[in-house]
Amino acid sequence: MINGAQAMVKCLESEGVSVVFGYPGATICPFYDSLSASSIHHVLVRQEQNGGHSANGYARIAGKPGVCIATSGPGATNLITALATAYMDSIPLIAITGQVATDMLGRDVFQEADITGAAEPFTKHSYLVKDVDQLPRIFKEAFYIAATGRPGPVLIDVPVDIQKKELSQPFSYPKQVNIIGYKPSIKGHGLQIKKVAEAMKAAQRPLICVGGGAFAADGYKAVRTLAETYQIPVISTMMGIGALPSEHPLYFGMLGTHGVPHANQAVHDADLLLIIGARVGDRAVSSPNIFSKDSTIVHIDIDPAEIGKNVGTSIPLVGDAKTVISQLMEFDPHPGDISPWLRRLRELRDRYHPDYTARSDGFINPKDFLHRLSQRLPEDAIYVADVGQNQIWSANHIAIQKGRFLTSGGMGTMGYSIPAAIGAKLAAPEQMVIAACGDGSFQMQMMELATICQDQVNVKMILFRNNKLGMVKEIQKNAYGERYIATNLDGSPDFLTLVSAYGIPCRRVSDIAQAEEAIEAFLSAQGPYLLECIVDPEESSK
Amino acid sequence: MKHTFSVLVENRAGVLSRISGLFARRAFNIESLAVGITEDPNFSRVTIVVEGTDYTVEQVEKQLNKLIDVIKVRTIHPEELISRELVLIKVNAGQNERGDIMNIAEIMSAKIVDISRTTMTLELADTSERVDLFTELLRPFAIREIARTGIVALQKGTDTISVKK
Repeated sequence: MINGAQAMVKCLESEGVSVVFGYPGATICPFYDSLSASSIHHVLVRQEQNGGHSANGYARIAGKPGVCIATSGPGATNLITALATAYMDSIPLIAITGQVATDMLGRDVFQEADITGAAEPFTKHSYLVKDVDQLPRIFKEAFYIAATGRPGPVLIDVPVDIQKKELSQPFSYPKQVNIIGYKPSIKGHGLQIKKVAEAMKAAQRPLICVGGGAFAADGYKAVRTLAETYQIPVISTMMGIGALPSEHPLYFGMLGTHGVPHANQAVHDADLLLIIGARVGDRAVSSPNIFSKDSTIVHIDIDPAEIGKNVGTSIPLVGDAKTVISQLMEFDPHPGDISPWLRRLRELRDRYHPDYTARSDGFINPKDFLHRLSQRLPEDAIYVADVGQNQIWSANHIAIQKGRFLTSGGMGTMGYSIPAAIGAKLAAPEQMVIAACGDGSFQMQMMELATICQDQVNVKMILFRNNKLGMVKEIQKNAYGERYIATNLDGSPDFLTLVSAYGIPCRRVSDIAQAEEAIEAFLSAQGPYLLECIVDPEESSK
Repeated sequence: MKHTFSVLVENRAGVLSRISGLFARRAFNIESLAVGITEDPNFSRVTIVVEGTDYTVEQVEKQLNKLIDVIKVRTIHPEELISRELVLIKVNAGQNERGDIMNIAEIMSAKIVDISRTTMTLELADTSERVDLFTELLRPFAIREIARTGIVALQKGTDTISVKK
């Protein structure tokens, strides 16, 4: 009979896993030993958190769970931020951790941590495996739970003795799962669908607000069809960017605190708001009275708990976006003449002129730079934004066509972009993948340059350098009387020297006049490349 | 307002910690929580009493339903609620007090489960309100110790909250 570790690898193979991201340690050694006999590619990240983020980027592009691995104790606790990041953004992840031997559990032995307990608030479900024969069932369930319903991370904690123990029966991977307490509803309730269809027919100023949920199960295509068929304008949350191409005539930008004015105005003026796959979190709904009092709010989400949590809803509709939209379209819910509404929104959009003006000597305007970069990107490029001012610049000024915009939307985890870009690139080797970050977030993830080199991952990096934690500095400027503290990054190295030490080509842009040429070099580089853009510390996120 | 939830869960390790963790992190206040095995040993029933608004109740129900180990969540309407709670009360009881205490016990249909030269221990299984009343009646005799289970509840009539076969 095979042992637990071999069974774990067989489970991954049965799920069609071809790449995993991890960092070994003593209690996960049996698993690694059996992984060496498999064709599954292991990417050695330089810190466990980044393994989680890489699996996250992989999952979002591959459309199936990403797998990350860590050892017990500190390896497992290092994963927590990545689990929380995936949980907040509903990204399917399988996290496998080693654990001390079952007879040592609870004795505080070397590298023991109660990871299923610690990660409980940040996982959709978790398992502590105590019987080797349960491994196939547990893996089958874990992948099913992670990928279905509202996706999320699932943790499997496997004590080292279980990995070494032989199965008592021949390995067999279950074909089906039967979890009595988990039956996600995919189809929308017929009566609710009818109500929504009637509301749409009666609407004069309908608006779709699309969120990250639309990317699960390819729902964004259905959203686009719905919008185009009935000419309904669309805005998005940060997680929903890319559901419609940024230049689409029906797309009116991102809403919220950091969004564009016409998107927020559209929310305010709409008489019917269709929220699809969005939590409508606090950052999206900047003020509670943003919705007009007499507007009808339809909330379509796979997770019933999201409906009515943040926004009062007139018509709740639980289900998978793609299925619900096709059910809805059977009613042909054609609104009346909405051309005046569209005209008005287009006027508002035309009135919005982003600030693409030149900056003083030695600085580039990051918004202008991203706008220029957008013009040159391949249409299926994947763009990963980090957290901070760079995230807001990216969200509002990078145009997405057929590609994707990835970011840590809910958790706002700094250090997300490069590891997530590595994962995304491995999921889509043919597509260009760009990671953009600031000099603060870069220093939280720069160890991953080694991963890029070791695995020859072609990730293009943009580093906005202002020598400051720009977003926090902006908060200190606006809300704390310009009393700046702990936002100065003076100890930072010369990044070009650092990046060159890894053998990664790079260059600096401090004058927008050099931008076109630099972008050309950046995009045409054969392998990874880093472009450092010098930004004025006074530059605002707006 | 108080709301009573009957929650059917998988009978396995860690389930109670998931439920209590959920209540703590979402800031739901638990008035009482009681758990025990059901007619099927694979499942346990957790009876939870929560103080909160209608919004809280809706969120409690939805968030509980998201736990994979939770099979069914039902709010039991006050009008169809059968609820009982068990209390054990140890009171000071010398020779002079015994008669009065036995009198109260008889009126309340409580049982005397232990007696010593200076104390008596009484048992009552009844609604929370009757348990409160019983406690108040015994208070003048100097209560030494109280242990309450928290309520367990079922619905009136033929309806059940159980796993469909």
